[in-house]
Amino acid sequence: MTSVTQDTPVGRRLRHIKHIIIVCSGKGGVGKSSVSAQLALSLYGSSPTTRVGILDVDLTGPSIPRMLGLDGHPVHQSSDGWVPVYADGSEARLACMSVGFLLKKKEDSVVWRGPKKNAMIRQFLGDVRWGELDYLVIDTPPGTSDEHLSLMEHMAPVHDKLSAVVVTTPQAVALLDAMKCLSFTRAVNLPVLGLIENMSGYVCPCCGEISNVFSTGGGEEMARREGLKFLGSLPVDTELVTLLDAAEVEESQPSEGEIVQRSFGILRRYEKTSTAPLFAKIVEEIVRSLQNPLTNGATSGS
Amino acid sequence: MIALQQAQNVPDPLSVPANAPEHCPGTESELAGKSDACAGCANQEICASGKARGPDPALPFVNERMANVKRKILVLSGKGGVGKSTFTAQLGWAFAADEELQTGIMDVDICGPSIPTILGIASEQVHSSSSGWSPVYVQDNLGVMSVGFMLPSSRDAVMWRGPKKNGLISQFLKDVDWGTLDYLLVDTPPGTSDEHLSIVSYLKESGIDGAVVITTPQEVALQDVRREIDFCKKVGIRVLGLVENMSGFVCPNCKNESQIFKPSTGGGRRLAEDMGVEFLGAVPLDPRIGKSADYGVSFLDEYPDSPATTAYLDIIEKIKQQLGD
Ligand SMILES: Nc1ncnc2c1ncn2[C@@H]1O[C@H](COP(=O)(O)OP(=O)(O)O)[C@@H](O)[C@H]1O
Ligand SMILES: Nc1ncnc2c1ncn2[C@@H]1O[C@H](COP(=O)(O)OP(=O)(O)O)[C@@H](O)[C@H]1O
Ligand code: SF4
Ligand SMILES: [Mg+2]
Ligand SMILES: [Mg+2]
Repeated sequence: MTSVTQDTPVGRRLRHIKHIIIVCSGKGGVGKSSVSAQLALSLYGSSPTTRVGILDVDLTGPSIPRMLGLDGHPVHQSSDGWVPVYADGSEARLACMSVGFLLKKKEDSVVWRGPKKNAMIRQFLGDVRWGELDYLVIDTPPGTSDEHLSLMEHMAPVHDKLSAVVVTTPQAVALLDAMKCLSFTRAVNLPVLGLIENMSGYVCPCCGEISNVFSTGGGEEMARREGLKFLGSLPVDTELVTLLDAAEVEESQPSEGEIVQRSFGILRRYEKTSTAPLFAKIVEEIVRSLQNPLTNGATSGS
Repeated sequence: MIALQQAQNVPDPLSVPANAPEHCPGTESELAGKSDACAGCANQEICASGKARGPDPALPFVNERMANVKRKILVLSGKGGVGKSTFTAQLGWAFAADEELQTGIMDVDICGPSIPTILGIASEQVHSSSSGWSPVYVQDNLGVMSVGFMLPSSRDAVMWRGPKKNGLISQFLKDVDWGTLDYLLVDTPPGTSDEHLSIVSYLKESGIDGAVVITTPQEVALQDVRREIDFCKKVGIRVLGLVENMSGFVCPNCKNESQIFKPSTGGGRRLAEDMGVEFLGAVPLDPRIGKSADYGVSFLDEYPDSPATTAYLDIIEKIKQQLGD
């Protein structure tokens, strides 16, 4: 590997961030964005001082603004770069940035080829005023292409801060792509903290019968086979879907005060879901791994 | 403080070549080859001369192959995991059930090809002959092409940037010996990016008959589908209609229906109304669909009496009506 200088705009910006966690999967719709959002909320809630950022680099399908109840919020420019949108208002410990904040109308499509995506990602990494953060969670699009390659390229100066969490659902078609995603992390030398199996089993609200709507167990088996830490499985949680849909949000552009109220609401409501305690265990595991980089299972593959 | 609004200065997304730099003004623009962004671009000379505005050298070959294809249909969705590939496969099987019809499936999801697995042909390889690459046949009248047939191992990641993906898509269209087809179904990756722009530009001249857009009922999926329909409008593709997949789950134990992905903003039906596109129908969530896909067997054949099969067949009938077939 060539030695890379810390002194790029991206390197200078990200120097003040302790850990950068990339959430990836290969397959779309398996829950990368919901895991990213939950990871950010859980880390935020883990102590009254933890500072968290969440960067959404799914440029053509940004979900994070909606999931954190921040739809329609504009991004401001300051002399020191773009000011992220704070999901927790004046406390300013949960910073978000997404291309979703830059669109005029919610149905506007972002039709960009690779070079434009690359430029946007460079800007997100180099121009956003994150300040000091304990964690920066990065939500990625499906695949292993421009966005992923650009991320790795621009973050080379802070490579030692990077790690990944792989999300999959239990079906064979999802595992296949998760495997490709894992191959990607190995090719770019990105340590993997572990694997999460999402949408694993569903409890019928009527009779309590557990149905494996999307099968079950495949993620755990893949983790074992590939020597990855299995971080846990999360069942299908309909409450979570509604919560992340920000269901109560009306079409009208809310005023800034309302947005703040609603976001606090989202954290409170999230903590009451049946998934939150399960996810808390996953976060504990992740935090432990990050704090003991030598004893953790974080494998950069072999 | 000012709110940053995206400078949408791409006049026509189709006129930005895959190898153009970030601020390419578009090959159709007055500034083509002359703007600041053009400095150093491989196409600068051609663009500045105004001669070869756009056309890719592959285009005539694509047109020639596509002249033997009656209907070209894209299966799209901004969102991943909503069931595009599964739907494409069912559509292929349903068309191929008619022995008189020749159908092809082209998988342009280059980083996440699911079609070979879903059709049960994951271990096949592509062979080339003097007339081109031959598709892999599921049955006599159903041929398939996917990057999945070209990888040494299914574990391999295709870590390609746009231009390489564009190159492969052009090969799928010009080098594959599709023969004479009644239907060519194109399965796409999520989003609105290189693959989509490439397929649309290569098929612009030979004509795309329309797109079937797939969604699931929840808002997080719908918001991406709105963007996809907006994309179709921008590039001039007719939307044949919208399918809502995974709407409602019937518990095999108590037979009661529950909503896993609750349509908190009205679901696919409301979206179709809002955006002025046809609502083709809703397919329930049925774990056997996922299983059939994982095992590579046709759900329609395995479970002909299930409500999901009825829903699929109704939708396929409506698609044919939309096409006037
Ligand atoms: N454990 C879960 N139970 C139920 N629905 C879920 C779960 N995880 C995610 N979802 C829902 O599934 C959809 C896809 O998830 P998302 O996070 O957007 O996936 P991705 O970012 O990988 O495309 C979203 O509507 C999300 O709310
Ligand atoms: N109606 C359905 N009920 C249950 N599972 C489904 C249904 N439709 C698709 N699936 C499953 O959902 C997953 C995602 O579908 P897929 O076709 O791969 O989506 P996409 O191509 O949009 O990413 C697959 O495992 C598939 O088998
Ligand atoms: S030379 Fe042509 S392709 Fe290159 S940037 Fe300029 S207009 Fe775009
Ligand atoms: Mg996402
Ligand atoms: Mg697919």
